Amino acid sequence: MTTLLGQVGEMARRSITQTLRQPALIVPPILFPLCLLAVNVGGLDAATKLPGFPTDSYLDFAIAIPFMQGALFAAINAGSSLARDVETGFLKRLALTPMQRAALLLGNLGGVMTVAALSSLIYLGVGFAAGLEVAAGVGGVLVLVVLAFLVALGFAAVGAFVGLRAGSAEAVQGLFPVFFVFLFLSSQALPRPLIEQEWFRTIATWNPVSYMLEGIRSVVITGWDDVALQRGFAVSIVLCVLGIAGASRALRTRLVRT
Amino acid sequence: MNRFMAVARGVAWRQIHNFTHNPAFLLPSIIFPLFFFTAFAGGLSSVSNAPGFDFPTGYTAFQFVFVLLQSAAFGGVFTGFSVAADFERGFARRLMLAAPNRLGILAGYLLAGVVRALIVGVLLFAVALVVGMQVDGGAVDLFGLIALALIVNLIAALFAFGVAFRLRTIQAGPAMQMPVFLILFFAPVYVPLALLSGWVESLAKINPFTALVEGGRDLISGQSFDVVFAYGLAFALAAVFTVWCVRGLRKAEAAG
Repeated sequence: MTTLLGQVGEMARRSITQTLRQPALIVPPILFPLCLLAVNVGGLDAATKLPGFPTDSYLDFAIAIPFMQGALFAAINAGSSLARDVETGFLKRLALTPMQRAALLLGNLGGVMTVAALSSLIYLGVGFAAGLEVAAGVGGVLVLVVLAFLVALGFAAVGAFVGLRAGSAEAVQGLFPVFFVFLFLSSQALPRPLIEQEWFRTIATWNPVSYMLEGIRSVVITGWDDVALQRGFAVSIVLCVLGIAGASRALRTRLVRT
Repeated sequence: MNRFMAVARGVAWRQIHNFTHNPAFLLPSIIFPLFFFTAFAGGLSSVSNAPGFDFPTGYTAFQFVFVLLQSAAFGGVFTGFSVAADFERGFARRLMLAAPNRLGILAGYLLAGVVRALIVGVLLFAVALVVGMQVDGGAVDLFGLIALALIVNLIAALFAFGVAFRLRTIQAGPAMQMPVFLILFFAPVYVPLALLSGWVESLAKINPFTALVEGGRDLISGQSFDVVFAYGLAFALAAVFTVWCVRGLRKAEAAG
């Protein structure tokens, strides 16, 4: 156990250092979602006048979106980082050492999750500076951060799976539009009951991203909404389990000694 | 003049051939605008019920104009990526050695960008009409809208080429894409200018793209608007970025 923790620590240190040394891995996940948040809040504030809109501040409604976009960046960064390790032969050399698979995976995700955690705090800080109010109070903020972290971990694990499976950073970059489609075809801009087009509402209802957004959103707007939180956590945990299991399996294949 | 045309034709043909024969270039250029159109027009249509939303031709047409101009702008930017890639691979250097008139190279890339925008624009128009987009403007208005989209394509391409000529690496991609992205999205994307709020409203008021997108929306709905201002602004921007781009070309020549 001590050995495993030591190995995780070493790999995490490498991953965090790699991430911190590349501004391209840190700046876009922070700036891009904040820019889009500004655009959405300024552009869609009029939507709060629609009958049935759950809050009179679009900022409160839209604050969930940056967390999702940050998670998408986590997926791309995690996948690209592992794919690069495959491309450069680092994983093959590692296969010759007693390094455990779990340590490699957890360590690699460590760097990405550090950026995700940092980004989450910045989104919240900017949100509060712009007048965000969290209906569930301080406890709600903690729950929001935990849920956002789980969402980011789930997406990062899926990114890691694709990176390990494809072994190509270019293939991982190709994932970004796919993830973006999931985000756009969800309840990100309007609550599901207010989506006018039935086909869009149906897709949004089947899209798991809607429930992640609604889980985060619920603590801000409603307070303690058990159903929304249960769905949000359930979908995020399932994504984490599937992603980590897939990545672990792909890693096993990659680390086979030939 | 013949030499200029020969170079422009050759460069344009190569770019258009690459674009139409490589699914990695073609598909994202087509799918993304269609996706944005679907997501905005489909997902946000109830925004048109908000008090003060006074666009008469429907939310699909309202969003169509933005997506058309956006796809035209990104057509220009993505052609800029090709210019940067040509420099990175050393192809552009050989091209400059071979071309008797280097402005022909610039014209060729611009022509390719325009063709690219036309291909995507036609598809976008077809899909919008199939899903029942209302068009209240006449043939002249639609011609005006298409012309506006092509000028936007030229402006974005000239800006992106200027960056590509100066930096000569594909790593300059974000420097071409981000400013265009920000200018597009800090305009009235989802609602008319009067319904924007906060500092985004202040930014949108001074954003030159606002006049172009609002002009385009007036054209599709057949409403009267300040033609001289919208097209004058578009041509002025094209002139400014032509200077920027030609000076970039001279810098690339000087760099050898």
